[in-house]
This record gives sequence, structure tokens and C-alpha cells, in this order.
Amino acid sequence: MTCNDRILIDDWHVVADLDQLLQAGSCKTYLLGVEVAVTAGRDGQVAVTLADGKQQLPCQIKYGFVWTSLGSPERETIHIPEAFEDDRYIISGGSFPVKVSGLRVVENFLDMGHFPFVHNGWLGEEPHTEVAPYEVELTEDNEIIATECYFHQPVASPTAEGGIEVEYKYRVYRPYIVALYKTNPLYPDRKDYIVLFIQPVGPEECVVHNMLCYIKEGMKEPDIRWFMQLIFAQDKPILENQIPRRLPLDPRAETPIRADKVAILYRRWLRDHSVSYGAIPATEA
Amino acid sequence: MMSDLHSNWYPIASSSDLPKRHVYQAQLLGREFAVWRADDGHVNVWENRCLHRGVRLSIGINNGTELKCQYHGWRYANRTAGCTYIPAHPADAPARTICNNTYPAIESHGLVWSGEEASGDLLSLDGFDSATVLRAVPVFAPMNMVAEALLGYGWDDSCKGAANDDGSVTVTAGDGTAVRIFVQPMDSNHSVMRGLVNQAPAGAGRAELLQTHSWLMQELRDRVEVLAAKQEAPAPYEPVIAKVSEDLVDIPALGTDGRKAELRVQLVKKEMTAEGIVSLRLEPIKGQLPTFQPGAHIDVHLPNGLVRQYSITNGPGETDHYTIGVKREGDGRGGSAAVHDSLQEGDVLAISAPRNNFPLRRDAEHTVFIAGGIGVTPMIAMARALNAQGLSFEFHYFVQSDDHVAFKQQIGEFERALTIHKGLSPEATGAKLKEVLAEPGFARHVYICGPGPMLEATRGIAASQGWTDEAVHFEYFANTAEVDDSTAFEVDLARSALTLQVPAGKTILEVLREHGIDMPSSCEQGACGTCRCGVIEGEVIHQDVYLSNAEKAEGKSIMTCVSRAASDRLILDI
Ligand code: FES
Ligand SMILES: [Fe+2]
Repeated sequence: MTCNDRILIDDWHVVADLDQLLQAGSCKTYLLGVEVAVTAGRDGQVAVTLADGKQQLPCQIKYGFVWTSLGSPERETIHIPEAFEDDRYIISGGSFPVKVSGLRVVENFLDMGHFPFVHNGWLGEEPHTEVAPYEVELTEDNEIIATECYFHQPVASPTAEGGIEVEYKYRVYRPYIVALYKTNPLYPDRKDYIVLFIQPVGPEECVVHNMLCYIKEGMKEPDIRWFMQLIFAQDKPILENQIPRRLPLDPRAETPIRADKVAILYRRWLRDHSVSYGAIPATEA
Repeated sequence: MMSDLHSNWYPIASSSDLPKRHVYQAQLLGREFAVWRADDGHVNVWENRCLHRGVRLSIGINNGTELKCQYHGWRYANRTAGCTYIPAHPADAPARTICNNTYPAIESHGLVWSGEEASGDLLSLDGFDSATVLRAVPVFAPMNMVAEALLGYGWDDSCKGAANDDGSVTVTAGDGTAVRIFVQPMDSNHSVMRGLVNQAPAGAGRAELLQTHSWLMQELRDRVEVLAAKQEAPAPYEPVIAKVSEDLVDIPALGTDGRKAELRVQLVKKEMTAEGIVSLRLEPIKGQLPTFQPGAHIDVHLPNGLVRQYSITNGPGETDHYTIGVKREGDGRGGSAAVHDSLQEGDVLAISAPRNNFPLRRDAEHTVFIAGGIGVTPMIAMARALNAQGLSFEFHYFVQSDDHVAFKQQIGEFERALTIHKGLSPEATGAKLKEVLAEPGFARHVYICGPGPMLEATRGIAASQGWTDEAVHFEYFANTAEVDDSTAFEVDLARSALTLQVPAGKTILEVLREHGIDMPSSCEQGACGTCRCGVIEGEVIHQDVYLSNAEKAEGKSIMTCVSRAASDRLILDI
């Protein structure tokens, strides 16, 4: 299925993890239903073309990923100051293919309510299931921010010992890019940062690329990657069992509760920006 | 498209697909079902989709009475499919309209039958009363093509196939052996053959029968699939997913009920303590429970939206939990039934902090406790407190029979102070009470809790035996009197300098809350005393059962949840 959403066509999307690409030399993948070829030349020069080779696509390397666009990007890729701080690891946690709309993945990422059930023993545990009220806003830069999100977590991070009350802040930059800031166990005033760059492969299929910017102290690189993979492996079977696979934007398609405040705003924001790829648009009446 | 296909019954599973606590995924005409058997035997056929975020319920957990979704733990009840619990908001009752789509189900002849709009009876299955259910065989072909091919099904030359009205095919051999095969349309191009044989051999005979037909049906499958592959595949069905109820679009606001449920506890132990009485041990999920005093009660916010009051039975020092007792009330408004039937160990409950409107004096020389039935609960906490201090008391517990004695272990602590009166008639009870209350006197107090009539009688007897109002303490479970709210009047709030109109049909409490005045309340029927408020001026029509006659006559307090003004205006001390 082809995409008609200008906001997605004229934007940058990740299509490959640079390290993996350099190892393989080249790869073919899909972006918004269009097959593209990504190649790394001997000089390390990376290029993205349509798979039939007929057209060169814009390309840039940033944060260790290959970015491209099917149209003419009107804005830069997002700026992440954390990725330039020396005392942080900047790690790619892996690229995970999932058979569900990337918009569903964003919503899952914004959701604390599933911690005690899907990530039981790690990001949550019964009976600590309550989601306390938190704040949500749409910023002047047209991003969604959720703040004051507190949750009791047994093993909040790769090195956490014992349960702690963790504070999260969520940020939706673009329809398929979402991040979270999370209490660092050693520095109460600093936060670890995780961002998902979701590649919409098709309307019901995506690859979740992610970048982890953890404060180095007290943390080991392999543990961070391992933790991310563990958490993601728990989400995947749930995500792939959502019906429908695309995210329904009709307010009466599913049943939101107060804990879903940020998801409600996200769906409305997608509606307002006429994002339909990966979504089921709201019908009249 | 909602043709007659949807009104037919089709087998969608074998009974053996539904072992205890399992959830089976079925499909009919493109629609997925979550099929599960509750411990009471009921077979549920539901839309395979959680109403919250669409996760398949077939990957959920069947706990015997409810189906729990894997994603956020929402729970849906056996039969009704109504949502009973949302863990993210343990203090809120899920809206009644959160109810999954259920489909008709019949279990018969070892098969489970359903149809989106099926009604009436199954077509007769005469001759298959003692039957063997064959292994289901899928076929990637349209239903009609399969049914047609089945007419030629057979295991020897004498076999003849005939179509039945319900679309199934019966194949009969010369010796009377018959197989009836139903075709379940999973989707437009995907079917399942489900067969019954009119014989039920055991052991090797059964294995052979199953094997033969499995092999024959497999062979038929291969042939039909070759045929189907030559045709253009019909478009798959697109079942419409019904929208959720309009009222669910707006998320419920925080705290619509004025009664606060500030604590979260987990039900860690639920056990029957007497006939019809269950004891619940509640432990905090975080931190410490607030202090309780003997006689205190808590509001329990039940998952069905009701709020009920239960007395704490703990002894002094038992501060790591609260234990309450709940009696199943036949005519109750569903509060006790919800506790008995739906609550399970492990559940999180929202409760209020303990409130004590039934305080215990510990300066008495002697205290008499009189408990009737479930009225024993606050008395247990009180007597345990006195017992621990070595203060003098006697404990009279009136019950129907030995089976009705609750919290035996706890009251056992009272030893010789305890007398259990079993199976007395109202007259005999009266006589016994006269005896018990024979000696009023200085610094002697009596505490009464029990059903309304017994309480009335006991208060009467105490008064006639010479006990003063101040020495008689009582607590009603409920106010059974009809409350009259037909008058309109004005209330002046002395301390907040506000004048409010209380119209007919509204209580003072409601009007206060509407104006943002945070008035505590609990039972909201004039029984518990939580919403008591001082009266500075004006005459009160008392409609509660909390205040004593002396207090009522004095007119210095009002229960704002039921009582009203006799005058045009009341000045309240708030
Ligand atoms: S999707 Fe089922 S509980 Fe949230
Ligand atoms: Fe998750």
C-alpha cells in the first residue's frame, strides 16, 4: 500500500542501522510500502535508492543510523542533545521487526499501565498497578510531552537493585518517533534517554530502531542492550496480537481510560495532522 | 452480507478444545472468537478482542470465573462479558457499558456451536446420541465446495452421502454406520470439517475409527484444495468491529464520588469464617496502614461501583493488615454478593482510611457487649482491646446456630467472658437480654450491634432496666427507614459565610459538595455517623439511626446525608 500522507513522505525516516549496514555492505528494505536499497561503498559512502535503482533518494547518517526520505524533507531530523554528551553511552539497541503498525508501537511505548502485566518483575509488578494522574501537553513545537509520570518499578534499569519509584517523561516528536526520559538511579537530577525511530515498512508492519543514551557511570554497555532486548521481546507478542493491526483513530474504536491520557492526545494529534498511514482514519458519524 | 449465514449454527470447537482454564481461539465467517469454559461449566463465546486496546483475549488468562487480558489486566466476567476490574485505576468502578460482544453458544454432542446471530435450536442430531467426535480437519477452500465434495465421502462402496438442511452432509454405510460432517466456514476461502460418527467404541476401536477418518478427510482435503486453487479466491470476509458505547469516549473524571478511597490494599486471604460470612484479610500494597481504633470501619470501594462499610475486627497491635467480615445478604444491593462472588485473593481494593463513629470507652468498670449475627465484627475489635488491657467485660453473641459463629479463633480469646446464645426465638432473646442487662450502674457501659429489630429491642430493654442513654452505645448496619426528602429549605454555613438552597430531592450533603465543600461521608444513609455536622440554629427532622434519642432531642447535630430542616433555615457549624 502506498502512502499519501505528505507529512510522512516529506520527512526523514531511519532505514538501517549503520553498523549492521557496514557489515552487510548493502540491504533492501521497505519504507512506507516502497522498496529501497541501501548500500555502503568501500569508502564508507552510503547511498539510498529506490530498489529498482532508478532514483537516488536523499540520505544522511545521524545517531548511527541511515536516514532517507521518499519526498523532499521540509525539516531536519530531530536534534537530541543527549546524544552529544560525553558521559553517556550512545548505543543502538537493535532493530526489531514487528508485524503491527508503528503507530501501535508508539502507543505501547507511551503506556505505563502495561508494566505490571507485560514486564512483570522488571518495569512493574502486581499489585502496584495504579497509574497516577500525570500531565500532558502539546508544545509550541508541536510535540506531545507527558510529565510527572511516576511508577513503582522492581528493576527499573539494567543495574537497579530493589524497587524504586521511577519518574518518566515522554516525548512524541513525529508520528513515528517517540522518546522517554527516565530517572537515573545514581543521579536523581539527570535522566537516561531512550528514543525509538520507527520505520514504517507497511501500514501493518514496521521495524523498530532505537537509540539508548544512558549515563555511563555504574552501567555496562552489553547490559543496556540486553535489557532493551528483554523488554522488547516481552512487548512484541502483545503488539502482534492487537486487532486491528493498524491504529484506529475513531474515538469509539477502543476504550481509553485516564491512564491513556497521552495516547488519547496522540491519536487526536495524528487525526489533526491527517496521518493515515498505519492508522484507520476516523469515519464520520 | 449479514445473510442467513450469520443466523446459522456452526460447530466452532470440540468440547475437548476447552480443557479447564484454557482459552481457545476460534473463527467463523472471518470473525475471531475467544472461547472459554468457566469453572461452573458455562461456555463463553466472545469477540476475540479486548475493548481497551484490541489485544486478543485468546492469549488472556482464564481464572475460572473471569477472563483477564494480558496487556493491562482488565477482567471480564463469565457470561456477561462485562468488565469487572481495571488495575490502572483500582479505586474506580469500570463503566457498566464496558462489555465485550458475546455470541450465542450451545454445547452438544461433544461440539461447541455458535453463530453471530444464531438463535433457536440446533437441527436434530438424532441417531448421534452416543457419538465419536472426529478430529477437525481444515481445508483451504470455500465452504460450499467442501460440502459438495463431502457428498462423495465414504469408507466403503455402500456409503451414500446426503445433504442436510443445515448444510452438513450425512454419509451412511450399508451396515448403518453413519458419519455426519459439518463444515465450519472460518473465512470465505478457509473451512474446517468437523465430523461425528454414530458409534462410540473405546480403546483400540476408537483409535482406529479416528485414524481412518482422519486419513480419508485428509485425502478429501487435498483434492478440494487442488480444485480451489484453480479458482479465483473469493474476497475474505470483513467483519465489522462494533464501536464501543458513546459514553466511553470521554474518560471518566477523577473522583466523582465524594467518598474518598485513599488507601490501596491487597486481598491476601479470603476464607469462610461462618455460614454465609467471609473473612477478608487486607494488606497494604505500599507503606503502612493508618491507625485504627476499636469500633472503626472502612469504606470498601467494590469493583462494581458500590461503596460499603465494614468494621475492622483486629486486635490491638495488629497493624500490618485489616481483617473484615462480610455477610452475604440475600436482599442486599449487590455489595455483599460482589464481595463473595467476584473478589479474589490477590485483588487490589481501594478503601478509605478507618473512621471511628463507634468509639469505645475504656474507663468503664465493666462493659457488656451484645452482638447479633454479623454485628459481632466491631465488638470483636472492642473486646480484644479491653481484653488486652485486662479490663472487665462480658461478651454476648446471639447466633442462629453453631455454624453461624464467625471468627471463632478471635472470640475464643475471651474465654469465660464469652457466652454464645444459639438459636433463641425473639421472645427468648428478650428474656435473655433482660437477664444480661439486669444490673445498670456507675461506670458500666453496654455496646450493641446487630440487626435492626434486635437493636431496637435491646435499647428498649436497657432503657426499661434503668440504663441511661449515655451508657448505651449502638451501631446500626443500615438505616431501613424510608427517608423523606420532599422539603426545601435554606442552610447557612456559619464558618464559611455561605447560604445554600437545599431543594426537594437533594440532601444537604449533596448540596454542600456541589458547592465545593468537602464533607466526609461513608454510608450515606444515616447509619454510620461520618457526615455528622453541628447545628447552631434551626430545628432538625432527624431521619438517621445514628444519633441517640437524647442527642436528637438536643438538636445540636445533624446527619447531613439524610436529615433535613423542620424550619425554613438551618445554621450549620461549618
Ligand atoms: S488491551 Fe486488554 S487490558 Fe488493555
Ligand atoms: Fe512495554
